[in-house]
Amino acid sequence: MSEPRTLLAIDHVSKNFGRVTAVDGISLDIRENEFFALLGPSGCGKTTLLRMLAGFETPTDGRILLDGRDIARTPPNKRPVNLMFQSYALFPHMSVRANVSYGLEMEHLQKAEIRSRVDAILATTELGPFADRKPEQLSGGQKQRVALARALVKRPRLLLLDEPLGALDKKLRGAMQLELKRLQHEVGITFVIVTHDQEESLVMADRMAVLKDGRLLQCDTPHAIYEHPAGRFVADFIGVMNFVPGKVSADGVIAANGVRIAGKVPATLAPGASAVASVRPERIRLFPSADAANRTTGTVEALAYQGLDLQLHVRTPLSPKPFLVRVTADAADRRPVSAGDEVELGWDAADVRIFGE
Amino acid sequence: MNQSLTRTLGMRTILVLVFAFLYIPIAVLVALSFNEGGLPTAWSGFSLKWYASLAGNSAILSAALNTLIVALVSTAIATLLGTLLAIGVEMRRQYGKGLEALIFAPMIIPDIVLAIALLSFFSMLNLTMGLHTIILAHVVFNLAFVCSVVRARLKSFDWSIVEASADLGASAVTTFRRVTLPVIAPAVIAGALLAFTLSVDEFIIAFFTAGAGRASTTLPMQIYAMIRFGITPEINALATIVMAVSITALTLSQRLNRGIIGQ
Amino acid sequence: MAPALVWLTALMVVPCALVLALAFFRRGIYGGIDYTFTLENFGLVFDPLYAGIFLKSARIAGTATLIAVVIGYAAAYAIAAAPRRWQPVFLFFAVLPFWSNYLIRTYAWIVLLNREGLITQLLRWFGYTGEPPSMLYTEGAVIAGLVYNYLPFVILACYAPLSRLNPELAEASRDLGASAATTFRRVILPLTVPGIAAGAVFVFVLSIGNFVTPALLGGGRFQMIGNLVYDQFLTANDWPFGAALAMALIAIMLLVLMAQALAADRAAGRAAEANGGADG
Repeated sequence: MSEPRTLLAIDHVSKNFGRVTAVDGISLDIRENEFFALLGPSGCGKTTLLRMLAGFETPTDGRILLDGRDIARTPPNKRPVNLMFQSYALFPHMSVRANVSYGLEMEHLQKAEIRSRVDAILATTELGPFADRKPEQLSGGQKQRVALARALVKRPRLLLLDEPLGALDKKLRGAMQLELKRLQHEVGITFVIVTHDQEESLVMADRMAVLKDGRLLQCDTPHAIYEHPAGRFVADFIGVMNFVPGKVSADGVIAANGVRIAGKVPATLAPGASAVASVRPERIRLFPSADAANRTTGTVEALAYQGLDLQLHVRTPLSPKPFLVRVTADAADRRPVSAGDEVELGWDAADVRIFGE
Repeated sequence: MNQSLTRTLGMRTILVLVFAFLYIPIAVLVALSFNEGGLPTAWSGFSLKWYASLAGNSAILSAALNTLIVALVSTAIATLLGTLLAIGVEMRRQYGKGLEALIFAPMIIPDIVLAIALLSFFSMLNLTMGLHTIILAHVVFNLAFVCSVVRARLKSFDWSIVEASADLGASAVTTFRRVTLPVIAPAVIAGALLAFTLSVDEFIIAFFTAGAGRASTTLPMQIYAMIRFGITPEINALATIVMAVSITALTLSQRLNRGIIGQ
Repeated sequence: MAPALVWLTALMVVPCALVLALAFFRRGIYGGIDYTFTLENFGLVFDPLYAGIFLKSARIAGTATLIAVVIGYAAAYAIAAAPRRWQPVFLFFAVLPFWSNYLIRTYAWIVLLNREGLITQLLRWFGYTGEPPSMLYTEGAVIAGLVYNYLPFVILACYAPLSRLNPELAEASRDLGASAATTFRRVILPLTVPGIAAGAVFVFVLSIGNFVTPALLGGGRFQMIGNLVYDQFLTANDWPFGAALAMALIAIMLLVLMAQALAADRAAGRAAEANGGADG
């Protein structure tokens, strides 16, 4: 397999606003035709980074190389990069068609070409019937598609999307996640999406970067980040995780009650150091077989049905917070449990991740 | 970086120029009022003598008193009538076009037209004109301004709290006193201050409806007469005082209004 | 609300109707009113002498409006671009002069522009030795006075839509390849037209019927419609003609206001019509 080509290289980029460092020496490579997500809690610097890519902020330090050319100081209207704004920023005095044509008019293209390209993108985004409407007459989902069409019609090298689904309701959001994926595949343009919603980036991204306090914590595929988080913050931020605090031993972590949680200890952790052992809810089995390396008993405190599966809150002596356990509907039907029941939990050593405090 | 720097510089230049345009004429006036020689040709030293000579000018003092009477009385009447009108219109929510025009007209009708209309009207009735006719005339536009300020507040008024008060057993009068009035009070006060300021500054209508003789001369009429006569250092001093008073009133009303809203 | 409506009817509607009626009567021989019906007062309004004054008034008001809108818009734009916490302060100081007496603000320009005024002094200071320029009692002085007096309102009217403008719209325009100038022309300006229109109508309407500014800055012989009306009532004593002039002034104002309302209505109507389509 040939190495995918790097489209955009973010090279030791920093941005200070006065004394505040919003972005702190981030380096990232974004590949051609990739769907890339910048993920992090609010204030982590992801929006500032995105605005530097679009040209609305200039890095205090570092380079931004697009196809090998430094664009860090190129004004936004001279970059082959387009941004889909969080507020959509549709021009309220222009029709859908005028909004979408605007960017092509700026390129001084022939009228006929503008028309055919706009028609094509309106068809792709299923906006044809709404071409003559004003933005205020569109639903949230339609507005979102206009914003997308307006950016895509310019055929940018790179499309930036700032919280593109933030303004939509939950159901529509699910549909639009798949829609965005499909469009990205269809137009063959590199997408960089900023989001604070970890589920969204897991679903959509080919690769993602997790940011916190202006620094890059981890950059990898969603699967790799989910299964092998680089640290406790990432483990907690992506998905749901159960943590057992304790001290490092030769082959695991000794919990407060003296029970040993078996798992692979990273080389960086010395025996006796404070650490947490962690395990995903879906890796825990209720009523485990005898070969489970880790086991504990607990009391079911609460149950939450979520359709496909059942989520249990189980109080155990291992940690101050109750364990979250996911049981498939199937398994729950076979061995029903209810609040107050004593249950046994078990999981494999291979499913345990250990992080320093 | 450079682009935004030039932009910021450009914006600052505009602000400096506009504020210079707005304030230099006033500043010159104020400075000259303290000029010993009183003339713009040369600065001959700081002096308060023009203010002192104002204090001895009985015509100006009586004009100031007249203005105060007209402003206070017309503001009181206009505030009462304008507030009631605003509540009446907004509570019924029957905005007829004719009604709107009637309320809106005094604010946009050229003052010279209202002035000659009232002059014709009063003289046809053979009414002796004086301070009372100025007051009658000032209430016309003051009422409209108070009404529009109070209506603006009532647009966002939640009428269900009036129903809630009735539901809790309050009479209509108690509801007005304890619920409606406290909510609209800042707007009523703001409207009254606006009316007072407009009345103090109003010149043309007063000029036409004051009748003959000096007895009912208001301060703006006095100022106009002095200005027509030419530049005198006394006007500079008077102008400075009038500006200081109205600017203080405005600043106070802003503070007051914000304070009440902030509660 | 009844007392207020009675007040407005008795002291505004009736007097204005009276003026309208006056316009249809003849002037009496000794300055009184001769109650015979005539249309000649309106005919006189179109006499070249008086029609000329109307045109001159419209020209002066139009020029003052144009200048006030250009300066006021630029100022409002600069205020809206300033840091958020400074904006109310700038706005307050931009409007403050509006609250000082109109006569005094106009008088300030007499002090500036008269032959021995500040501007002449400045010229001398720079080495000018000739005759002092005559700036006061000119059309330019009247226009300057009108612009000065009404500028704060234009700033206020233009600031409102500018401050409500989503800054991301301008960024979106830049992102789509537009220069700063194109962004202004195609996005910012069209979206702030309502404020410009409100400010412009205000300045024009108040300027064309103005009496004080032409009387003080234009000099004793300088006449705009307002001064003409004044003269008919207080010096020439031809009330019927003065009334006809006043009615003509009202007619011009109503025309301007109606044009603005019509334009606003059409914009709203277009939106409503299209909205109906969206529901169907």
